[in-house]
Amino acid sequence: MTPRQRRMLWVGLIVAGVSAATFLALAAFQKNLLYFYTPSQIAAGEAPTGYAFRVGGLVKKGSVHREPDSLAVRFTLTDGAAEVTVFYEGILPDLFREGQGIIAIGRLQPDGRFQATQVLAKHDENYMPPEVAEALERSGKLPPVDDFRRTAR
Amino acid sequence: MTAELGQLALIFALLMAAVQAFFPLAGAALRLPAWVAVARPAARAQALFLAVSFYCLVQSFVVNDFSVRYVAEHSNSALPLFYRIAAAWGAHEGSVLLWALILGLWTAAVSLFNRALSEIFTARVLGVLGLVSVGILAFILFTSNPFDRLLPAPPDGNDLNPLLQDFGLAVHPPMLYMGYVGMAVPFAFAIAALMSGTLDIAWARWSRPWTLVAWSFLTLGITLGSWWAYYELGWGGWWFWDPVENASFMPWLMATALIHSLAVTEKRGAFKVWTVLLAIFAFSLSLLGMFLVRSGVLVSVHAFANDPERGLFILAFLGLVIGASLLLYAIRAPAVKDHARFHWFSREALLLVNNVLLVVAAASVLLGTLYPLVLDALGLGKISVGPPYFGSVFAPVTAPLFLLAGIGPLVAWRRDDPARLWRQVRWLVPISLTAAAVIAALWFRVGDLVTLAFLATAFWLGATALLPWWQRLRRREGWRGLRQPAGFYGMTLAHFGLAVFLVGVGVSNHYSVERTVRLAPGDSAELGGYRFLFQGVRAFDGPNYGADEGIFEVYRDGERVAVLRPQKRFYRVQRNVMTEAAIDPGLRRDLYVALGEPLEGDAWSVRLYVKPAVRWIWLGGLLMMAGGLLAAADRRYRTARATAAVPVSVNATA
Repeated sequence: MTPRQRRMLWVGLIVAGVSAATFLALAAFQKNLLYFYTPSQIAAGEAPTGYAFRVGGLVKKGSVHREPDSLAVRFTLTDGAAEVTVFYEGILPDLFREGQGIIAIGRLQPDGRFQATQVLAKHDENYMPPEVAEALERSGKLPPVDDFRRTAR
Repeated sequence: MTAELGQLALIFALLMAAVQAFFPLAGAALRLPAWVAVARPAARAQALFLAVSFYCLVQSFVVNDFSVRYVAEHSNSALPLFYRIAAAWGAHEGSVLLWALILGLWTAAVSLFNRALSEIFTARVLGVLGLVSVGILAFILFTSNPFDRLLPAPPDGNDLNPLLQDFGLAVHPPMLYMGYVGMAVPFAFAIAALMSGTLDIAWARWSRPWTLVAWSFLTLGITLGSWWAYYELGWGGWWFWDPVENASFMPWLMATALIHSLAVTEKRGAFKVWTVLLAIFAFSLSLLGMFLVRSGVLVSVHAFANDPERGLFILAFLGLVIGASLLLYAIRAPAVKDHARFHWFSREALLLVNNVLLVVAAASVLLGTLYPLVLDALGLGKISVGPPYFGSVFAPVTAPLFLLAGIGPLVAWRRDDPARLWRQVRWLVPISLTAAAVIAALWFRVGDLVTLAFLATAFWLGATALLPWWQRLRRREGWRGLRQPAGFYGMTLAHFGLAVFLVGVGVSNHYSVERTVRLAPGDSAELGGYRFLFQGVRAFDGPNYGADEGIFEVYRDGERVAVLRPQKRFYRVQRNVMTEAAIDPGLRRDLYVALGEPLEGDAWSVRLYVKPAVRWIWLGGLLMMAGGLLAAADRRYRTARATAAVPVSVNATA
């Protein structure tokens, strides 16, 4: 091959590779993007019912109810301004606690409750998912940071 | 006192890095031999100061000096000694110091082992590494000083994040950093070659062993990380496409492309410009990984600190490194002539395809990782990209890669005949397919197309890796055919490791079964042919935690095969609950039990897994690492240097 032909091969291969990858990526993006909504947005009817998304907030104190004979559980998520009831079946993460900021992934049902397929609580108890922190800030309910922590950071 | 000493050593290290960057680079440009000669001693002095500094930090942890803020935040007097030492790199400040120390060690190694290299070239390499050190050390001193005092000192520390109190954590970051930071060495070689203006073949030969060693460590680091996530996070998964995992995987893909492209450059003198670009990209992606992890833009176990100042610093540093090296590249690269010619069917062409596929794979991971960040930064909404995205993009890109990895080593350089190759491998196609079908049928009784494809690809890779050996055994005089350079053994081993990895992924992804059940003492649950009998929970006392320990007896066909004791730990200082899964490991299958939550009475929710062949995933990673190290040990790199050094020194000074 002459250098010129080889350069063309290069360019051709890269263009083909990149366009194939772009196509795949866009197709995959279509299906796998998860948007984030706050309980307030859900209450305002902004969240879709057709597909999965993420919702985040604090677990309301005293709202966690477990079915006695199965692993089904329901609890209320709040961002201070609005609430949404989450249904979930399975094991909740270690750091799931009342008053804790968590994120649930799932679908909004037509009757307004949220059926979660996954519940995420992060690994540090002082950690707050940024989306949750922002949602709380917007509603003015962000809890104060522990003093030792604040000086330490 | 120890902390102040560490701080002082750190400042000296920064000064030494500045000396190591300025004098050799200026000396090489102005041809001042005395300045050039500064490079090696300065590099070693810098490494020494960093070692002292790091030792001081570890010592502060060992003696529980809680007046050091970093120690107070991440350690506790009840923490066992082993984890107190590991805690030194368990959070942001210390891990960046470890990063700098490892860079110092790599630099010192370059100054020690490249004795045959011309002085000027070495000076440039060390100068570039010095520039990187200056950036990192300034970052530590100005934004992330681990030696800051906390006065008055608290009576006891805040303890280490329980997730990180584990053997996997103790070894995963140093290994990963060895790989990440090691990418700085081929980068420095590439930049030095660009500076000297002549990209000849010799620089490729010098950077090959360094790249291979760095790649091996990166492979080991990622493998350890995956293993740790598997047993520590309690979800039974081995890869989550978490942005932080991606941050280490992107440089790995780029480095894999680089070691293949370096082979072409060294053997055939082709792809010179491309190889240099790959070296720049591999290191840039390492730095990008550091930015993603350290800046707090990502949210995960690894994102320790959310300090915008730090993020901004690394971003500026990243921009400077990428900008400056691409500028140099744009000025110098067009002058480089690629003379080597090759046919469309040749090893060069196949390696070109390998490179394109790997780069495309890395780009798709990059897109999936950065897209949510970019959207968020532009205020277009908060999204996250789920693992299915990566799965559906990654599989089609890497499938041809695996198939080609089989034939690549069988094809001749420059030009080969497709018909000849076909005669050579035609038997392997039906053999791989049959073997895959037989294994799937015998081992698991059922099979589906995806697993079959995985297994067939794995057999294909394994068989084609062994084929050249078989032919040599037959054609040449018996065992003497096996006397091949270490590089060839290394490649075979690494490709074989890839095959083992594929078996693990294919089989464990498809045949793993899991159940989430509610069990009271005396209850049992069936899963995948095993019966898990729950014997109840008892209290267990650890050094800095208390735990509920469940006892599970596992039976198969009425015979007891394992007793598993998963724990639910409560760490007293941070008041954190942690699941400690119990695993009965094996090459055929892992039995995996994790406790969920206590329910009414004595019942617990329990997660059970049976995961066939999941160990093969990490075994494959270890084989790849071993292959890389074996290839780096090739005698060629030691003997060839002395002879190759002469023409380059002429080029470099001319």
